[in-house]
Amino acid sequence: MMVRKVAVPVIAMTVFLVMWELLVWANDWPNYVMASPSDLPEAYIRFWHLFLEMGWQTLWRTVVGLLIAIAVGASIGMVMGFSRTMREALYPLLVGFNAIPKATVVPIVALLFVGAHDFNTILIAFIISFFPIAVSISIGLSTLEPEYRDILRSLGASQLTIFWKVALPKTLPEFFGALKVAVTLAFIGTNLMEIVSPHGRGLGALFDSGKTNSDYPLMFAVLIALALLGIVLYYVVVALEAIFAGWAERQPT
Amino acid sequence: MERPLIDIKGVSHAYMTETGPLQVLDGLDISVPTGGFVAVVGPSGCGKSTLTRLIAGLMRPDAGEVWLHGKQVTSPRSTVGMAFQNPVLLEWRSILKNVMLPLEIVPTKLSKREREERAYRLLALVGLEGFEDKRPSELSGGMRQRASLCRALIHQPEVLILDEPFGSLDAFTREDLWQTMQALKAEEPFTGVLITHDLRESIFLANQVVVLSGRPARAQYVMDVPADAQRELDDLYAPQTAERLNILRRQIEVAQGRGRARPEA
Repeated sequence: MMVRKVAVPVIAMTVFLVMWELLVWANDWPNYVMASPSDLPEAYIRFWHLFLEMGWQTLWRTVVGLLIAIAVGASIGMVMGFSRTMREALYPLLVGFNAIPKATVVPIVALLFVGAHDFNTILIAFIISFFPIAVSISIGLSTLEPEYRDILRSLGASQLTIFWKVALPKTLPEFFGALKVAVTLAFIGTNLMEIVSPHGRGLGALFDSGKTNSDYPLMFAVLIALALLGIVLYYVVVALEAIFAGWAERQPT
Repeated sequence: MERPLIDIKGVSHAYMTETGPLQVLDGLDISVPTGGFVAVVGPSGCGKSTLTRLIAGLMRPDAGEVWLHGKQVTSPRSTVGMAFQNPVLLEWRSILKNVMLPLEIVPTKLSKREREERAYRLLALVGLEGFEDKRPSELSGGMRQRASLCRALIHQPEVLILDEPFGSLDAFTREDLWQTMQALKAEEPFTGVLITHDLRESIFLANQVVVLSGRPARAQYVMDVPADAQRELDDLYAPQTAERLNILRRQIEVAQGRGRARPEA
């Protein structure tokens, strides 16, 4: 079991790196066209303190943005889940808002709150990631079979009791499904803002400085660092899901 | 004369639909004495489920009155237990915790230990001994329905409302559950209202069968099933059962609007 869980992904990743290296080597690409994995350690060694500092910046702002997205998204989802009128009122607004490419919002926000880099980054991470959370919660709540309500209501339970004992736990699997999408989106949001903002911080800014200085191995090193952070965040969500909604996973029989 | 435990008097109800009001119940009268077990049969969509929601106090009728234990029903009561066709067990709870759910809402004098003992006893009674710690997803459909019956009875309700609880089970499992129902009734006295599509089920379990007319429904026909009728599965294939089934079937045909006319020979 452990072998499958650890060894298989490690082997897959190694194969990926080897193929990447071979691709660059076979085409004889210089590193300003495409850096190869063997160029990366040098970049990490030279800028390791920057990677740590910037990585932390990106991480905490993504997480804060995501937490706000959870709070706001869950609230909107609850309002839409419980009230049909609110659902009909808010859905077109939400869908329209979500349809706007966030890359176009980034410069607007950057100009609107110029200089407030942390705030802007968190704002974009939040804006980009609350939608799936709101939708999943509203769908989870509105599709609760009426019998579930009736079982508790017929005993005289209050709406709040019904929410805590049935509606909320029943929505958790959908919520975690959405959170897996949201965590990746929030991460994209953070980096968009970091790249676009002048004098930005975070891995996005490091990427941008790599670009300005024509340090191509650094740019690729940032990409890999971003991928690693993304994987970490994703698996944190998976771990939380196993704790709080593990019951939804069918036992292998 | 003692007042019936459940007394439904001239109840009418309509739903608003896009094409105007849809009258489902029209002056329905049903009364069930304490300890009685009434089965309600009728064509599809004739308002049987509405009836259960009215008795449970989940809805109020447009006209008429529902009385329970000498009090008019205006809101849900904790003296009612319900089970539906869908067992609606909470997937994240063990079977034991599912059965004990009503005790978290209804005020009870029982200690935690007594509550658990009661749940264990009920589960054993329906043949779910040893499944207390399983999740609902690990149980078959029939077993889930058994657990759902235990949950409906855990808080010792005076009235048990069953809305087609065996409707989605296969024929053999269903007959098993009919026997389980009788075992439960012997151990845990309750007054029951059973909504069903299955005429044999109604005769086997109930001591009175009410046939509802087509929409809007009223009580079209009432059949008393003698208490001395032996309640064994073999009796379901006895001649007097066939006779009763035939009468009920004719009544259903009338309710469906296929008239009194005999089918062409």
